[in-house]
Order: sequence, then structure tokens, then C-alpha cells
Amino acid sequence: MGWRLTLRPYVLIVPALLLTCGILYPFGLGLYYTLFDFSASKPQPDMVRFENYTTVFTQEAFWNSAWVTVLYAVGAALVETVLGVAVALLLHRSSLLGRVLEKILILPLMIAPVIAAIIWKLMLQPSVGVVNYLLRPFGLGGVQWTDTPTGALLSSIAVDVWVYTPFVAILALAGLRSLPTSPFEAAAVDGAGWWYTFRRLTLPMLWPYVLVAVIFRFMDSLKVFDIIYALTEGGPGDSTVVLQIRAYLEAIRFQRYSFGISYTIVLWAVVYLAAMVLVKHLGKIQRRAAEVT
Amino acid sequence: MKKRVLGWLADTALVLYFVFALFPIAWMVILSLKPADQLFSTYFSFSPTLDGYRTVLGDSEGIPFVRFFVNSLVVSVGAVVLSLVVGLPAAYASARWRFKGSENLMFTLLSFRFAPELTVIIPLFVLYQKLGLFDTYVGMVWVLQLVTLPLIVWIMRSYFADLTPELEQAALLDGYTRKQAFFKVALPLVKPGIAAVSLLAFIFAWNNFVFPLILTSNEAQTVTVGALSFLGGDRPKYNLTAAAALVSVVPPLLLALTIQRYLVRGLSFGAVKS
Repeated sequence: MGWRLTLRPYVLIVPALLLTCGILYPFGLGLYYTLFDFSASKPQPDMVRFENYTTVFTQEAFWNSAWVTVLYAVGAALVETVLGVAVALLLHRSSLLGRVLEKILILPLMIAPVIAAIIWKLMLQPSVGVVNYLLRPFGLGGVQWTDTPTGALLSSIAVDVWVYTPFVAILALAGLRSLPTSPFEAAAVDGAGWWYTFRRLTLPMLWPYVLVAVIFRFMDSLKVFDIIYALTEGGPGDSTVVLQIRAYLEAIRFQRYSFGISYTIVLWAVVYLAAMVLVKHLGKIQRRAAEVT
Repeated sequence: MKKRVLGWLADTALVLYFVFALFPIAWMVILSLKPADQLFSTYFSFSPTLDGYRTVLGDSEGIPFVRFFVNSLVVSVGAVVLSLVVGLPAAYASARWRFKGSENLMFTLLSFRFAPELTVIIPLFVLYQKLGLFDTYVGMVWVLQLVTLPLIVWIMRSYFADLTPELEQAALLDGYTRKQAFFKVALPLVKPGIAAVSLLAFIFAWNNFVFPLILTSNEAQTVTVGALSFLGGDRPKYNLTAAAALVSVVPPLLLALTIQRYLVRGLSFGAVKS
């Protein structure tokens, strides 16, 4: 009986373990490929050790992609956080209007990011798109949204913001609703103003919830692919070639498999490090928030 | 007085955000109903027609959209079912017993959620062609586990952890076997959670783009890749693109509205409970 008891949990996780290995195998295989010069034109590859990685790090294209990726991720996560928290605060006032709108808050988030990018691509088309049509009365009818380097990056971020602001808002709203009421009652008795209450009570207690959302958003936008693929394909020029797009171009379009995978391994390492730092920070924030209440 | 003005301002700001959030969807509906010759001549006044939908669903542009839709359905349902069968026992085990390796498995699964997809897909692209899994349902269901399995295991673990073990212990005392306690006591109690997480996993599988983009070419291609192909060609047909986009977002949108209550836990991987 005893040995069956200790074995039971292992028996239950075996299928999941096998499936996990089925996913880890290609990852390991990819790692192995990066040590070779495997490509469609060289199906019998030679071992090149770390040459792929040294090429990656000495390429100007890599540093450009890394820079674009960071700009995109920081920009998108920042705007989504501020806007998402603002929307959550406004909805939390729980007017009749808020209760109705809350029901449809989720909609953009459930649309596939690639479809969202298609929708915005149609709207942002410079000559026939509806956005420039609506801006024409304001004398702004000719904005070249995705045809200039800065415009393309900002447009991609805007699509990201459109899709994912509800994500931050939904988590922040759940946070607002779970805050204890007594500190707020005490502050009201003491005659504290709105801004003081917000800065000293709401924000510190809400921050752990918001930070969960920020971590998800920041890490996801580091590996953005769908939105940029459909909206700009990395262009014009190299202006929106984020790391996953670069990896796609190298591995799939130019069929330099080993080299393309090297890009994704570098990105994977960056995402992993970012996650460690942020999760550690989250733990600290959660302890501090527990002290406030 | 000051309070009322502030209230008005707040409502206005909220409405402005929702205009930004909803206008693109409304505009797609308008665009999809436009006849081809009024696409750009008039913006808001036009004679609505279902021709766009007829063309998209009639496969007349050389894009078999209906088949892509069925493909999306098959691979998404397949991925969710496989994840449930494999993931529920693992979620239950790791919520009930502390044992060596359980946390490692859980964190490996969590790391899938944050790994750049191409790290796995490019090697799979090479591997699938050798194994004959390229452009097949089986290949898609396998790779979609990267999306559905971590979600289902993590969230179901948080649901099982919320159940007090005493319920199952009482059942054991009543002469139930461990298996019966799981199937007749624990499982029915987390049923709403299972339903919600299955739907959410289905939505994410459905919305995935990069897997079918690289690992399918035609036979197993899904709507997300299919919708994008309407943008190709010298003269992209805006009304058809809009119709295809709308058809492909209907299933996730309808499902999302039914699981509102469970979304917070689902979206945050169980980190935030409401």
C-alpha cells in the first residue's frame, strides 16, 4: 500500500510530463542546431561551435532589432498600464454607464492580434483609410501612418495598445474590487483628499495586481510577432524588424535555420532574465502591499 | 457642483476610450457590408450588401475559407481535449501532494507561456517535414499544446488548491476509492472552472497565428492565416478582408462573453483571483 501511495502523484503527472518532453525536444534540437551551419542550401551541416552567436552579436541588424524590440515593449507596456489603470479607475466609480461598458471591455482582447492588425491596416491606409478621412476636417488628411519609420513603430504600438489595454484594465479592476474598505473609510473620516488617498492608499495596494499585468504585457511584447507581421512586415526598411520577425526572416524566408534559431535563443534568454528580475520585484511589492493594509 | 462636473468629465473620458475600443469593430462591419464599387467613394453612406460574405464563404477568390474555418475548429478543439486529458490529472496531483519534480514540471510549463514561439517552431518546421507532420491536424494539435497545456494545468491547479481536501477525505471515510473521490467529489466541484478554462484555451488556440503560418501550407491552414491572405494581391479587396476578419473573430468573441466571470483568473494564470 505504502509504495502505491508515494507513486500515485507520479503516475498522474506522467502524461503531462511526456507531452512536456515532446515540446522540450524541439527546443533542445534547436539549441543543438545553433552549433551548426544548417540551412536549406546546406542540408549536411558542419559544426561551427558558437560562430552563429558571434555573428549575431556583431551584426548591426541584431542591435537594430534589439533596440526596436525594447522600444516596442517599453512603449506598449507603459501606455497599456497607464491607460488600463485609468479605465479601471473610471469603471470602478460604478456609474450606470460603467456597468454597461464593463460588459464589452473584453472585446478587443479576444480578437486575434493578427486580425486586429489587419483591421487597423485597412483603417490606416493613407489615401483611402477611414482614419485619415476622419482627420481631414482637422487638416490632417495625409498622414503616412505605416509608411514612415517612426509612424510604423507608433502604429504597431497603437494596435498593441488597442488589443491589450483591456487586459490591464480587467486585472486592475479585479484588484480595485478586492481592496479592503476600512483604510478608505478611515482616510475619509480624516478628511483626506482624492489625490492623497489615491497616492497613499489605492496605488500601493493596487500595485501588485497591476504589476502582474505589467509583467505579462512586457514579456509578451518582447516576443511580438503577429501584429508586426500583418501590419508592417518589419518595414519600412528595418524600422520595425523586432527580434522574432528577424528570426522568421532568417530561418523561414532565407532558410538559414541555424542562424535564425540563434536569434530566438538569444531572445529566449533575454525574456527569461527579464522574467526573473520582474518576478523577484513582484514578490517584494506584494510584501510591501501587505504591510500597507 | 464640482463633483458633478468631475463626474461628467469621467464619463466623457470613459466614452472616449470605448469609442477607440469599439470603432474598429464597427468599421469592419460597415466595410464588410459595402459593395465593391462603393468601397472608397463613400465612407458612411452606402447600399449594404452581403456579397462580401457570399464571396468569402463561397470560396470564390481561390481561398477555401470555409475549410480554414473547419480546420481552426478541429485543431483548437483537439488541442483543448488533449490538454484536458493530460493536464487535469497533473493539475490535481500537484495541488494535492507535494512531491519531487512537481514544481519543476509546473515551472517548465509556465516558461512555455513566456518563451518566444519561434524558438520551438523553427526546429519543428524542420522536424515536421522529416516526420510527415507538416500541414497536418496532428502536427497542429501537438504544437498548440504550447498554448493550451500551461494554461489548463496552471489554472486547474489553482481551482483544485481552493478545494478543501477534507471533502475528499470524508468521501474516503465513506468507503469511496481514491479514484471515485476524484471523479465524484473533486471533479464536479471544479466543473465551472474546467468549462471556463477550456473555452479560454480554445480562444487562444483559435487566435494563434504563428504556428499555422509556419507549420501549415494549405490542408491544415486556419482562419487567422486565411484572413491575412485576402490582403495579398495587387488590389487588396477591403470588403472581403473585412468579411473574412469578422467571420474569424465571431467564435472567440461569443465564447468570451459567456466566461466573463472567470476571465480574471484565466488571464492571469491563476495569479489573481476575483
